[in-house]
Amino acid sequence: MIGVALKGLLGRKLRATLTAFAIVLGVAMVSGAFVLTDTLGKTFDGIYSDSYKSTDAVISSKLAIKTSDGSTDAPAFSADVLNKVERLPAVRIAQGAIEDESRLVDKNGNAIGKANEGLALGIDPSGDQALNPLKLVEGQWPRGDGQIAIDRSTAEEQHFALGQTVGAFGDGPLTKYRISGVVSFGSEGSIAGSSISVFDLATAQRLFDKQGKFDLIRVGADEGVSDTELIGQIRPLLSETTQVKTAAAQAAADSKETQDGLNVFKYFLLGFGGIALFVGGFVIANTLAITVAQRMRELATLRTLGASRRQVLGSVVLESVTIGILGSIIGLFVGLGIAAGLTTLLRATGIDLPSNGLVFSTRTIVVSIGIGTLIALLASLRPALRATRVEPIAAVREGAVLPPSRFARYTPLASAAVGLIAIALFAYGVFMSGVDLKVRIAILVTGVLLMFVGVAMIASRVVRPLAYVLGAPGARFGGSAGSLARQNAVRNPARTASTAAAVMIGLALIAFVATIGQGYKSSFSSAVDELFLGDYSLSAGTGDGEQLTNKVAQAVAKAPGVEEVSEVRSGKAKVGGKTVLVTGVDQNVAKVIDMTWSTGSASIPGQLGRHGAFVLKRYADDHSLEFGSPLSVKTPTGKTLGLEVIAVVDPPKGGSPFGEISVSTATFDSGFANHGNDLTLVNVRGGPSEKNTAALEKSLAAFPAAKVETREQFKSSRTKDLEQSLQILYALLGLSVIVSLFGVINTLVLSVFERTRELGMLRAIGMTRRQVRRMIRHESVVTALIGATLGIAVGIFLAVLTTAALSKYGVVFAVPYGTLAVFVGVAILAGVLAAILPAKRASRLNILEALQYE
Amino acid sequence: MRTRVIQSDQDEVATNGHPATSGAVQVLDRPQEHEAVAAPVVSAHELTRQFGVDETAVQALRGVSVDVTKGELTAVMGPSGSGKSTLMHILAGLDRPTTGDVWIADTEIGGLNDTQLTKLRREHIGFIFQFFNLLPMLTAEENIVLPLRIAGEKPDADWVEELTAAVGLGDRISHRPSELSGGQQQRVAIARALVSKPTVMFADEPTGNLDSTTSGEILSLLRESVSSYGQTTVMVTHEAQAAAIADRVLFLADGLIVEDIGSSSAHDILKTLEAVTAR
Repeated sequence: MIGVALKGLLGRKLRATLTAFAIVLGVAMVSGAFVLTDTLGKTFDGIYSDSYKSTDAVISSKLAIKTSDGSTDAPAFSADVLNKVERLPAVRIAQGAIEDESRLVDKNGNAIGKANEGLALGIDPSGDQALNPLKLVEGQWPRGDGQIAIDRSTAEEQHFALGQTVGAFGDGPLTKYRISGVVSFGSEGSIAGSSISVFDLATAQRLFDKQGKFDLIRVGADEGVSDTELIGQIRPLLSETTQVKTAAAQAAADSKETQDGLNVFKYFLLGFGGIALFVGGFVIANTLAITVAQRMRELATLRTLGASRRQVLGSVVLESVTIGILGSIIGLFVGLGIAAGLTTLLRATGIDLPSNGLVFSTRTIVVSIGIGTLIALLASLRPALRATRVEPIAAVREGAVLPPSRFARYTPLASAAVGLIAIALFAYGVFMSGVDLKVRIAILVTGVLLMFVGVAMIASRVVRPLAYVLGAPGARFGGSAGSLARQNAVRNPARTASTAAAVMIGLALIAFVATIGQGYKSSFSSAVDELFLGDYSLSAGTGDGEQLTNKVAQAVAKAPGVEEVSEVRSGKAKVGGKTVLVTGVDQNVAKVIDMTWSTGSASIPGQLGRHGAFVLKRYADDHSLEFGSPLSVKTPTGKTLGLEVIAVVDPPKGGSPFGEISVSTATFDSGFANHGNDLTLVNVRGGPSEKNTAALEKSLAAFPAAKVETREQFKSSRTKDLEQSLQILYALLGLSVIVSLFGVINTLVLSVFERTRELGMLRAIGMTRRQVRRMIRHESVVTALIGATLGIAVGIFLAVLTTAALSKYGVVFAVPYGTLAVFVGVAILAGVLAAILPAKRASRLNILEALQYE
Repeated sequence: MRTRVIQSDQDEVATNGHPATSGAVQVLDRPQEHEAVAAPVVSAHELTRQFGVDETAVQALRGVSVDVTKGELTAVMGPSGSGKSTLMHILAGLDRPTTGDVWIADTEIGGLNDTQLTKLRREHIGFIFQFFNLLPMLTAEENIVLPLRIAGEKPDADWVEELTAAVGLGDRISHRPSELSGGQQQRVAIARALVSKPTVMFADEPTGNLDSTTSGEILSLLRESVSSYGQTTVMVTHEAQAAAIADRVLFLADGLIVEDIGSSSAHDILKTLEAVTAR
């Protein structure tokens, strides 16, 4: 029986290949995700351990609190500790250094790279460089406040040579430096695409406002001193906000954040691989169901020859598993190729990944092949069980049909039950508060998957009306081919339904994402419209979340016509063990942001003083805060701010720039190390105009990163990131739509095969090849459109539930009609593409052979 | 090469369905005996058809010339492998000869591409198949008008009604094929072949899949269509009973026309067939 199954598979190479493709893409996503993140992880581990190559211990500052997202930078610590450390008997050498961010400017005056892509280091040029992770390639280490050493990659790319001047800016305005040297990091020209600016230690301390401070101290031990001994000697010297770690532990700690990020990225990609595999499972199940029906006589003949039901079951499962293994192996290598392509792409976009090869671990191989095969196995069970119900008598009976499943009569009931359970799970997942995130995700995923299964089960009942409506334009304008296509689409509603259901899954998720995105965008826009009173915003120009140095505020204040400048900065802190966002505002804030006061008035920001705070209404309600309530805020620098609530502000639902607690800029700066601005808003005489824009831009000439934006520009630049994220999600979900296309192709190829004689007749009585192609194409488009319709309906339904749950965060329900129309267009195009091969086969049929076909 | 000039009125050929003058048998290897009689609507000259190449090559036709006369029912008989189906396929524009030429309604098909040939079939040829070949998702009526729909023409309601009455479908007109008996399905197929008023209708073993009573009914219907509509028809059959309704019976053996007789009884046809087979 094994031989029969495998030979049968060989005899149907095209179908086996197409079916295998249903697995290939999903597995490729899985293996690609593993290879890419493993490779990136290894690269970053290498970078971090290289930074402490000859170092034995590292002293760094410690965050006094641990915020939930871990994104807060540690402040610099007092340099005093260096002298004490140097005097320790175990210490051979100890060197303080500054590590911050600074970007270089190219010869046209434009900042190189993106924000966060410029590393600044302050080193002692006269000291021993044994602990310095950077190597001098040529020239000298920078000395004094006019010199800089830059990384080899940037020097090469931007054609900077020793002795030339280059502009650099960190926290302050753009300054020109003379290039004294070119450095490399390990063997690489730069660190993962970041440019490197090296300054003399004192210059760096001044540049980043860290006079008398270090970001870290590298310690080298005397020979024969163990790490434990070294650490043991250093530790008693340290304050509450500094810590010492062995070089390896420090590298691991530095790398942890990156690795955590990579893990999120990995699970994200694996999630999409999982969706593609789920769709692939649908496609395989559907294809097998059709072939079992078509091979009924063959299966029955095997039964008459003595094959048991179990053997029939085994042959179908074996066929599927073979396809699964085949597809998984191909997918594994396609994934490897994708990862290779992506790392090349990253390198091409300037991220200097060390070319130490892709990491292709055993886990990648085992999981990729295992999951692909498992999906194929699971997908084959239902068709295999149905195959066992073929009676031997079907071998001789003309036109025998597969007996209906034993459970067929329960299908409507079962699909309704599945659908209800799915909705209940999903609703529980989105509405229930206080559920652990992982549990919540598991519940949501189960709910969504069940919903797809439920809709797929019920879909055969809606295929007829849907095909009638969706096929109408084709029937109207496509002539007889169009109307025959529409009728063909409903000949076997179950088949069309499950083919369309595969298309539905991808489109449902895409429609869901688009609708949520639209909801977020419109709530954001309306919040900005409501709040934004200022004439201009100054921003880092790279979308959300980038902070801009507060020095731009001082610079812009001097521009002609500027009436008010207001800054908003923020940082995470803890109140009663819970992480809150604290914002620092100045007295002008109410003039640039329209604030609705529940308690207090627009004069409040000017009256905050050392201890005053205003809180968000939601926060006040949740924590029963009112005028006069005390608040104790613990900041990352270890300070505790004793505050008193003097006002309550009620921002619009779409959000506001304010954290739960807002304090004066001075209070904020006393508690937080990070003094960059989230928002810098400006009012000018006469409001926004070309002249005023030019004046502001002129005043900011020394700040290449600062962009002058009007309210509309602010809205679009702040939603640009969201747009980009949406595009990426569409692309990733598009993969599962591609997988489902293989299902459409398969179904059509099998239908063409089944209707061979019919096609011969149509050709004989006068249907041209072009008409045949059109007929197949229309059927394909109708199927794809049924999938799109079901998908968009399911997606919007899920989005309605989700936006209802998120309404307290201001996310409104808004249907992105334009985007959805594009998706429908894409579905039509997809249908046309899927039809190419089957239509070609159908139109090329030899009429005579087709007519004699049984 | 074309050796004779068609002498009939071209309009009459193009708009078939009108009663046409019955003509005598025309076989091209004996043209001198039949000068100036009714025009052939399909004619073939020196057809050969080879399947496969080299050692496995099979000569299905070895030089067949034939004229199908307008308004006649021509039966083609012969033992299995005699080439009768191949001849019909070539005459109907479904297959092309290896050598020789075929004229269907004044057009030589050798120079036509697939689309032109398809359109020629659409306009001039009607088909009746052994296995009916109706589309299962269409009703009887939709199946009948299918050729017109494919050609993008609007069916003439009166004509369709007349036709359905003539083939005896009546109230079964809105049923789907699965709800019809074999005989009824073949009636639908005959109506479908007649609906476009083709220049010539080809029937491939039209009774091959029917019981004898039903066969008789279908044969009467075919005869009727020739007699009352003047529908030129070519029928391939291996049943003498069927061939007995023909105006002319051609016998093929080994890829050649070996006998060409006029209207004959089933008994005579059977005898001729036996003689041909024994050869």
